[in-house]
Amino acid sequence: MSLGGITESAGPRILAFSTNNISDPGIDLAGSSHMSYAPTVTVLPVPCSSGIKPIWILHALEAGFDGVFIAADGTDCAYVQDCTDRTAKVVARAQELIREKGLDPRRLKMAAICSVCAESFVSHIEKFQKLLNEVNAS
Amino acid sequence: MEDRRIGVFICYCGGNISDYVEVEKVRAAVENEPGVVLAKTQMFACSDAAQDEMISDIKEKGLDGIVVASCSPKLHLYTFRAMSLRAGLNPFRYTQSNIREQCSWAHRDGGPFATEKAIRIVRAGIARARLSEPLATMRIETTPKVLVLGAGVAGLMASLTLADIGLPVFLVEKEPEVGGWTCKWGGMFPQGNGSDLVEGLLKKVKQREDITLFTRAEIIERTGSVGDFTAKIRVADGSVVSLEVGAIIVATGFDTYRPAEGEFGYGREGVWTLPEVKEWLAGNEGPLAVDGRPVESVAYIYCVGSRQPKDSELERPNLYCSRYCCSSALHTALQIHERNPEVHQFHLYRDMRSYGKYELLYEEASRKGSMFFRFENDAPPEILAESRRHIVRAKGQLEGDEVLDIPADLVVLVTGMVPRQNDALINVLKLPVGTDGFFNEIHPKLRPVETVMDGVFIVGASQGPKTLAESVASSLAGVSKSAALLKKGYVDLDPYIAMVNAERCVWCGKCLEACPYGAIEKSVLEGKEIASVIPSLCKGGGACVPVCPEDAIELKGYTSEEITAAIDALIEQVAAPVP
Repeated sequence: MSLGGITESAGPRILAFSTNNISDPGIDLAGSSHMSYAPTVTVLPVPCSSGIKPIWILHALEAGFDGVFIAADGTDCAYVQDCTDRTAKVVARAQELIREKGLDPRRLKMAAICSVCAESFVSHIEKFQKLLNEVNAS
Repeated sequence: MEDRRIGVFICYCGGNISDYVEVEKVRAAVENEPGVVLAKTQMFACSDAAQDEMISDIKEKGLDGIVVASCSPKLHLYTFRAMSLRAGLNPFRYTQSNIREQCSWAHRDGGPFATEKAIRIVRAGIARARLSEPLATMRIETTPKVLVLGAGVAGLMASLTLADIGLPVFLVEKEPEVGGWTCKWGGMFPQGNGSDLVEGLLKKVKQREDITLFTRAEIIERTGSVGDFTAKIRVADGSVVSLEVGAIIVATGFDTYRPAEGEFGYGREGVWTLPEVKEWLAGNEGPLAVDGRPVESVAYIYCVGSRQPKDSELERPNLYCSRYCCSSALHTALQIHERNPEVHQFHLYRDMRSYGKYELLYEEASRKGSMFFRFENDAPPEILAESRRHIVRAKGQLEGDEVLDIPADLVVLVTGMVPRQNDALINVLKLPVGTDGFFNEIHPKLRPVETVMDGVFIVGASQGPKTLAESVASSLAGVSKSAALLKKGYVDLDPYIAMVNAERCVWCGKCLEACPYGAIEKSVLEGKEIASVIPSLCKGGGACVPVCPEDAIELKGYTSEEITAAIDALIEQVAAPVP
């Protein structure tokens, strides 16, 4: 799944779906606190994690991302109270699609990232990259 | 795809971006992307001059879409939307690419990584700009009333000022009395007395029919959104009232640092915190005495509980400077000099931060005989037990490391402000809290009282340590933000709402089930039952999107076409690897 480019050496490529009001500010805070994470992680904000289409996740993996991370709103969501449950359903359906395509469902991960969860975001990403290294090697 | 005319503006942010991202290389890498007719770099894209340049580029080059690659959209989304409007460009044809918080600041290790990532991010922005459509905002009427939480001086001032400009206020205070810390603390700099000040403000508040004061009351629920909130308040008799307001000002103040038992001798008679000494001075007019013994000598230890080292054993050390304490301790020393000029006063400080006009307090205290000794943080003073007096042993850094034994009848631990423990409030308002535990503003300089929750403002010491004057200034900033929002009578909401593809929709009702706002209804189009969206009720969360079995409902601005185009651009190889 190599696409070349010099960031190859910086670890697995991750597409992180963030949310405009909650997790994107949390990921911003990681940058403004000068915490460091791999530059192969790129972020795509949406209004709410419960609105992510499973097909987008599959598309990202097929396009060349090693993993997709959903930085969910969790209980902080201003749109829907049961955001975690709804996002979990999106994840479950996406994992079915991923399996159908013969990919490893571990390539998709979800965690609640609050608007100040900078450290937690960085630590989730580091763990996910380790896992993806194992998945890539297997 | 129609031929687009897109302009790309990439910001140096005066080094914040360009120190880690080679901005000119990003420009070169994107200038030939499809649809791009102009790509340029700017030192500060948000400056007036840069915005004027963008406006003339949009007009002269006939741009029909722009990408600004700079900081987080949380900071300047509205700046550039407003600029687009001034240039005659539909503001929703502008796309923000975040190459600062999510690129240059997160990847400062050097090397070409950050530059390559920035290229991908800008390309994704261009891909979305290419698909952007002109959209119209949705206007909702606002409720011209404000809820103020906390009736300390900041909350009282905010309420009176809001009422003065014609906005009715509900003022909610948890305690039985208003006035917070100020009314306990006696004399103030440069003049006046805390309890007199609070009494005066309360009198004015009571005269105003458009201010409703609830004491022993708390907010327990908040629903709605900017301009149109419903807040449930549990009032003194236990009943719950429901209030409709357009904005919420949080003025819940601070707590004072409470030293641990034995920290600098705390817990012994005559070893008190600064707030305790202030209350003691305010409540006692006779000769100064502790435990029946006259006070002849006072020692102040500064920075107790503030600027704690990162590597300390504390679970969450207070890393910050509390700003008010140096000046407040000097002011207290002056009051004691005034009450009894014979008292010897010794100040043991780390750095004397009596900034601005508070420097006058330092000069006057020195003139009246206060003695100042600077200590190093790794050699803090010790309090030794003596039968009658405390002995404060300190190494004066400017005295050639001489060890000083200072006898003191009263030891003042100059403690700072700490955030109030109020998890229930944080939970109700969904307000972000910073690493210091105080409420987090969007930007300390550019948007100091605004929060990520539109229409909820944080003022006074709930946002961070402040002097009374600073607290009031911040509270007035909250007032002007609320007034700017509510006096207009309406807010324009983002047009990123759901839309139904009538051809695909077969009306199964799944979207109706998924929507918590009742924004979906069944309608009939040319004899076919389909779902339709009620624009004023749709909040644009998108919960209806993934549940549709026919893929017939999408969010404007977040369509599958736009998202997959962005994903493709984010993974696409950077053609000419940046050397």
